[in-house]
Amino acid sequence: MGEIEELQKKAKEIRKHIIKMLGEAGSGHPGGSLSAADIVTTLYFHELRLDPSRPDWPDRDRFVLSKGHAAPVLYAALAERGFFPVEELMTLRKLGSRLQGHPDMRKLPGVEMSTGSLGQGLAAANGMALAGRLDQRDYRVYVMLGDGELDEGMVWEAAMAAAHYQLDHVVAFVDHNGFQIDGPITEVMSPEPVADKWRAFGWHVININGHDFKQILDALAEAKTVKGKPTMIVAETIKGKGVSFMENQVNWHGVAPKPDEVQRALAELG
Amino acid sequence: MSKKIATREAYGEALLQLGRENLDVVALDADLAKSTKTYDFGQNFPERFFDMGVAEQNMIGTAAGLAAAGKIPFCSSFAIFASGRAFEQVRNSVAYTSVNVKIGASHAGITVGEDGGSHASVEDIAIMRVLPNMTVFVPADAVETAGAVRAAAAINGPVYIRLGRSAVPVLHGEDFQFEPGKAVVLREGLDVTIIATGIMVVAALEAVDQLEAKGIRAGVLDIHTIKPIDVDAIVNAARKTGAVVTAEEHSIIGGLGGAVAEALVEHCPVPLKRVGIPDQFGESGTPAELLEKFGLTPGHIVAAVEEVITRKA
Ligand SMILES: Cc1ncc(C[n+]2csc(CCOP(=O)(O)OP(=O)(O)O)c2C)c(N)n1
Ligand SMILES: [Mg+2]
Repeated sequence: MGEIEELQKKAKEIRKHIIKMLGEAGSGHPGGSLSAADIVTTLYFHELRLDPSRPDWPDRDRFVLSKGHAAPVLYAALAERGFFPVEELMTLRKLGSRLQGHPDMRKLPGVEMSTGSLGQGLAAANGMALAGRLDQRDYRVYVMLGDGELDEGMVWEAAMAAAHYQLDHVVAFVDHNGFQIDGPITEVMSPEPVADKWRAFGWHVININGHDFKQILDALAEAKTVKGKPTMIVAETIKGKGVSFMENQVNWHGVAPKPDEVQRALAELG
Repeated sequence: MSKKIATREAYGEALLQLGRENLDVVALDADLAKSTKTYDFGQNFPERFFDMGVAEQNMIGTAAGLAAAGKIPFCSSFAIFASGRAFEQVRNSVAYTSVNVKIGASHAGITVGEDGGSHASVEDIAIMRVLPNMTVFVPADAVETAGAVRAAAAINGPVYIRLGRSAVPVLHGEDFQFEPGKAVVLREGLDVTIIATGIMVVAALEAVDQLEAKGIRAGVLDIHTIKPIDVDAIVNAARKTGAVVTAEEHSIIGGLGGAVAEALVEHCPVPLKRVGIPDQFGESGTPAELLEKFGLTPGHIVAAVEEVITRKA
């Protein structure tokens, strides 16, 4: 099997985990977990330099899920990558679980930064990147933001700082799925034109289809060649991608599937 | 007690010294380095100093990432912005994660002076001490400040250090040992205990002398660590003297007075009077004028003592 087929297969497993965990939890965020699944899969199964047996290895690459409500996609990838047993995914959002409703770095190995309050992840990623530079370590820092999250002023403070400090080992994604909670981003509070804004803030910007593994891989490779600037990959995605009745449906932002919906979704995913 | 040094000056010096000794210490500022006194650190260790511009939220968030990657970041701005503008970043990226971030918050309280109420933080102790995992230091003088900076670096977790703009007398000798979480008994009393923090410690000592002339024997407890607060010392003093006055350059709601009231009500209820900024914002004026106007002079402490002892059983 070629790498892209492997990634496709893995992404399908991850989507199935997302559906099952959310069904079991009875609450949580499917839409933005599914839209980010192909990128997160590529990060954990192609890009990131990691050792699941040493989650605090100083030279590891870091991934910060700034849109922390998409925790299920992160947990599924971490479990599949061997950071903790896959069965533990079913404890999501339950009392005593290491899989908190939003990622908690103090509870779950592999989580690099506690997130959930939108807007804060890029700053933390920048801090990690500055520390790596001071320590002369060559790790890279990846971060994923939501397109609704771009409404937060702090995102732009951090965007300015990453360019100012020439953090070319920071690679950010915007999961450009077009929706936030109250509706389409262009109706609620438009962050458009997204790519132009990041370019104006001094970033190297790449536009891709966030469900096309070849484009994701190429963008990650291109980011490694960029010097003196952070890279922003604006990924066009479909909220709820992979489950037909969830796709582009704003109502599936933060509602868990019921048992029959879980069955239908899993049947579709195959 | 003749020499006067602002605690922010002492902070800058202590940070510089710490930077020499510990290469993991980094400093961040938000375009106020000359005021918060991180400037010298930046001049000496430019590669370990990050000016984040006028962006306090991003300063705190970046510090969280630096700490997560093993650094010991000291972030500085005015107290109003470090604790207020960036409150939720401090809450979620620093306290909730319990990362090793230190916040050196200068120009606290009304002695910020002429800049006025927009800049005078009257609430920062309250909103920092309510955060789980957060240690809160309010040093009274330059010596306590140096101790607080050292102690902060030694603690593995978030620390808030509240600093002042104006020069204040140096209380302690160089041999003073700063012990986090331990109140300092500056005067033993019999009739009342004045529990003070920050710049009000000196005012409390002056009040003791005035009270002595009136035949009232007041003790002074210096609380440089608001959290974790020294409950034992507070309760012992209350048991011994039977009445307490608190004194702080902060709102009487939620700060030292609030913390002492919580401790006393649970463990040793005695008459209590809180000297502090009434439930209102600051305004422009000289520090001395403002201390007088807002009721933070030795004379106000004396009046509070005279009132509280009438309520003793
Ligand atoms: C600071 C903050 N405000 C509000 C929320 C509640 N919230 C959770 S998700 C969300 C919308 C996010 O939209 P987007 O970034 O586009 O996420 P995605 O579409 O990828 O799920 C909001 C407002 C939050 N988590 N944090
Ligand atoms: Mg979105």
